[in-house]
Amino acid sequence: MRGEVIRRARGGIAALVLVGLVVAPWVVDDYTTAILARTLALALVGVSVALLTGVAGMPTLGQTAPYAAGAYACAVIGSRVSDVGVVQLAVAAAAGALLAALTVPLVVHARGVIVLMITLAIGELVVVVLGRWRSVTGGTDGLAGIPAVRPFWGLPALASDQARYLYALVVVATLVGAVLVLLRTRAGLVLRAGRDDETRLRASGHRVAVHLSGAHIAAGAIAGAAGSLLVVAQQYISPADFGFDTSALLLLGVVIGGTASIGGALVGAALVIAVRDWLFGVLPGHAPLVLGALFVATVYLLPTGVNRARGRVRPSGAPDHQPDPPAIQEQATVGELRR
Amino acid sequence: MTAVAAGMNRIDPYLIPALDGVAYGLLVFVAASGLVFCFGVANILNLAHGLLYAIGGYTAAALLDGGWASLALALAVGVLAAAAVGVLLAGLLTPVAAGNHLSQALLTFGVALAGGSLLVAGFGPDNPQVQVPAALEGSVMVAGHRYAAYRLVFIVVAAVLAAALYLVVRRTRAGMLVRAAVDDPEMVACLGVSPAWIRAGVLAAAGALAGAAGVLGAPIIGPGTGTADTVLLLSLVVVVLGGLGSMAGTLLAALAIGEIQTLGVALLPSAAPFLLFAAMAAVLAVRARGLTGRWRAA
Repeated sequence: MRGEVIRRARGGIAALVLVGLVVAPWVVDDYTTAILARTLALALVGVSVALLTGVAGMPTLGQTAPYAAGAYACAVIGSRVSDVGVVQLAVAAAAGALLAALTVPLVVHARGVIVLMITLAIGELVVVVLGRWRSVTGGTDGLAGIPAVRPFWGLPALASDQARYLYALVVVATLVGAVLVLLRTRAGLVLRAGRDDETRLRASGHRVAVHLSGAHIAAGAIAGAAGSLLVVAQQYISPADFGFDTSALLLLGVVIGGTASIGGALVGAALVIAVRDWLFGVLPGHAPLVLGALFVATVYLLPTGVNRARGRVRPSGAPDHQPDPPAIQEQATVGELRR
Repeated sequence: MTAVAAGMNRIDPYLIPALDGVAYGLLVFVAASGLVFCFGVANILNLAHGLLYAIGGYTAAALLDGGWASLALALAVGVLAAAAVGVLLAGLLTPVAAGNHLSQALLTFGVALAGGSLLVAGFGPDNPQVQVPAALEGSVMVAGHRYAAYRLVFIVVAAVLAAALYLVVRRTRAGMLVRAAVDDPEMVACLGVSPAWIRAGVLAAAGALAGAAGVLGAPIIGPGTGTADTVLLLSLVVVVLGGLGSMAGTLLAALAIGEIQTLGVALLPSAAPFLLFAAMAAVLAVRARGLTGRWRAA
């Protein structure tokens, strides 16, 4: 009963937020609309971080790597080949997936804090490469003057901030919907089962490394697509967009949102990015100090961190301690896998 | 004779970058060894490690005036300040449950962000100049090339430091405890050594090492807004490549990175941006299981 109420309330809140997001560009000014569009792109990267950190149990500090690969691929395609949005999205997602696939051997055999270290190193190295590979990336100056995108062949180019924002919103909503659907399939359930009890999953004949590789590549594709949205929103990119602080902020947002929840990741990442951008406006020069203090405070306010999300998923003794339906559903799947 | 001379000529242009690579590698080793301890013993991913180095670097920039006394003073202040920040980190981490890596990463990143901001507020956004002791300011001849005297002395000092580190970890009781804590922290707790003290001690030692590297290495990787990130990245790559608990592996990885950053750039300028990435990918792709096998499944 309680689970049903929570689910309905959640659905209602999600619907309200969606309506708010759709009407937002007519309520706020163009500048804020442009910032909102960029925040949407970053929130989508947050979704890919949550997919790896919370769902697959691979905490990552390097999702800026496929994000950057997607953004730069989109920028190069956008200025030299095609201004069609679906083409750019496909290329960006492919670039993100390709980079993720290349780094699979580095990531999938490691666990826990080692994944954090390796992904962080990969993300930082990608930024180094972006800064030095001048002929393609424009070096630290970045790439500017990327033409406005047209969503589909024959449609007009998106000339206003509102139009670009709505394009980003449609893409993010579609991709997040796809992720939510995918997580309900067997693949998503196996991922979660592996996070909770890898030995048991392995014993039941599942190849954990294959599932983790798939999750890593899928998360890379999502981050790559988000990179293309950043290009649409800013029409300018530079290595500074993909620094290690962005990775850490996204991880913080995902932790705030409750690592295993995709909706939570969206809200958390958007919230953290919004706070950062707002702080940089009101406290020029001192924003990192306040932001750093906020990080420390958040860790104390959320002392259980990832365990909070895990506790929700782990099967516990008494049935009335199961807080909501997804937990029961997942438990059933773990049981099913045991057979 | 002429063949030998021709051979020398071919090697010659790369001698100085190779020597620079040794200096760079040893610097990275001293800086990274702190992160190795921190991660290996206290099981903490310390994202503020680069900040500890930057503290040493800024101290050197502020205190060095060309005399030996100022170098000694800068070394003392830099080491103590970085060690103090290490202890502060250990204190901040106390309420965080052991093994909660996400929280540790976020908390140490918060400290890095705030600390970096304070350093920039205190020392200004420009990269300060570092004055080496006057006696080391000139250059010496190495195989017919002029080479900065300071770097040559740095190579010697860092090599001594590396050897001392090896002996401490290998031969002393503290070193044994550190190694034991890497393998089995619960057993060490059973010996009556408080894990909290080990953690504080390890973070202080890591701070001291990074602080020393920051002061001595200021003429090589100087203090500036990007320093903390650079040193953290290089240390991480060394830790990932070198594996854990093996000082020799760490040293080897650090020297390899030093050569890649100097000799690699001189030999293959067009491929330079990818060399570090390619080296890491190559080593891990070949040895991924072997390397991670030694890591505790955290």
